[in-house]
Amino acid sequence: MNEIIQNFFNLDIYAQVLPFMLKGLWTTIWLSALVIPLGGAAGLAIALAVNQSRNRMVRWAIVAYVDFFRAFPPLVLLILVYFGGPFLGIELNKVTAVALAFVLNNSSYFAEVFRAGLEGVHAGQMEAARSTGLTRFQALRYVVVPQAVKNVLPDLVGNGIEIVKLTSIASVVAIPELLRAARDAQSLVYNPSPIMLAAIIYLALLWPLTRLLGSLEHRRARA
Amino acid sequence: MIADSGLLFTFFNVAVAKQYLPAILEGTLVTVGVGIAVVITGTLLGLVLAIARSFGLRAVALPIVAFADIMRSLPPLVVIIVLYFGLPSLGVPLSAFAVTWLSLSLVLAAYAEESVWAGILAVPAGQMEAARSTGLTWWQSMQSVLLPQAIRRAVPPLTNRVISITKNTALGSVVALNEVLNTAQGATSHAGNPTPLMMAAIAYLIVFLPLVIASRSIEKRWRRA
Repeated sequence: MNEIIQNFFNLDIYAQVLPFMLKGLWTTIWLSALVIPLGGAAGLAIALAVNQSRNRMVRWAIVAYVDFFRAFPPLVLLILVYFGGPFLGIELNKVTAVALAFVLNNSSYFAEVFRAGLEGVHAGQMEAARSTGLTRFQALRYVVVPQAVKNVLPDLVGNGIEIVKLTSIASVVAIPELLRAARDAQSLVYNPSPIMLAAIIYLALLWPLTRLLGSLEHRRARA
Repeated sequence: MIADSGLLFTFFNVAVAKQYLPAILEGTLVTVGVGIAVVITGTLLGLVLAIARSFGLRAVALPIVAFADIMRSLPPLVVIIVLYFGLPSLGVPLSAFAVTWLSLSLVLAAYAEESVWAGILAVPAGQMEAARSTGLTWWQSMQSVLLPQAIRRAVPPLTNRVISITKNTALGSVVALNEVLNTAQGATSHAGNPTPLMMAAIAYLIVFLPLVIASRSIEKRWRRA
């Protein structure tokens, strides 16, 4: 028991590394706040293109894009962008590389979610909105998209949670987010407690969101 | 010659590709192996947990719910790193392979448990009562009446999850598991050329693209039925 406390729940070490870890948490939060809206916007644009286009080639190209990035592990994508870029003569800074890899990855997941949401909106909604004199863009903006979002709200929240979790792989390219901070602290104090502390912080951040997601799904299942 | 023009020479260098092909193939086998192992143990464990939760005992259900919540809240890479660096100080050092397999199995089990449990809940309570009233035991009713329906409902939401978690075998590279990404990174820095990374990328597409496409049709078919 003492072993476990020494190595995982060492309060002295927790106190020592906490300020450093909170800095890491802050990086995790702003990184998520950067890539979730970007990925969501790109995903919505892609889904609208599929939904609104009558061009077979466009639809086919987009399905290929989505499937391609769903088949690609995000870590592989990140490493390709980060380590492959310099060989192309493109030196991306770390944050840009991470943001680019994450948005490519997320946008395909968001696109799938929004596509399902848009499919759930009856075609008559668009027709009715247009007949009141709204332009196509206005009809999408005020009538179709809000209903689509409502249809798939739990999936959007779920995607958001996945992305916050995904930011942990940015540690691999030395972005000082929560996991990286913990690993750096671990090698300084020579004790795995900081990693456990990181896990606890992730739980404190994400458990409420996971619960929220559960209740959203439950409500949808009953509706 | 085309092969000498910058981009192709850099990213699809035939000489480099030939040299590292055996290593990349070996790494791909490790990736596929861990992936299959994770799918088997993860879904089985999830199924067992969901059945245990349906006993209706609080003392059994609470730890299962806590386990599922924790594993769904933690980033998989954090689980891997906690186990990899934590277990040795408890006197149970595990290999990178075992840690990756165990971590991802636990994560998949959490999602599988939730999906199967939701499936069990969706079966009307009268079915269990009717099955019991025909003289079947609880376990027989579970096995031949409830579970088949629950699993049918659980499969569509699980297919995507299975793919995204098996893709996460790439995270094993962080703890030096010699799967395809790690092999390719080593080869890339050894050769000073990113061709091995491109080969790894292609290997992932060859393995996972058919699964992604299959998952679309599985979802469609099982939802309809």
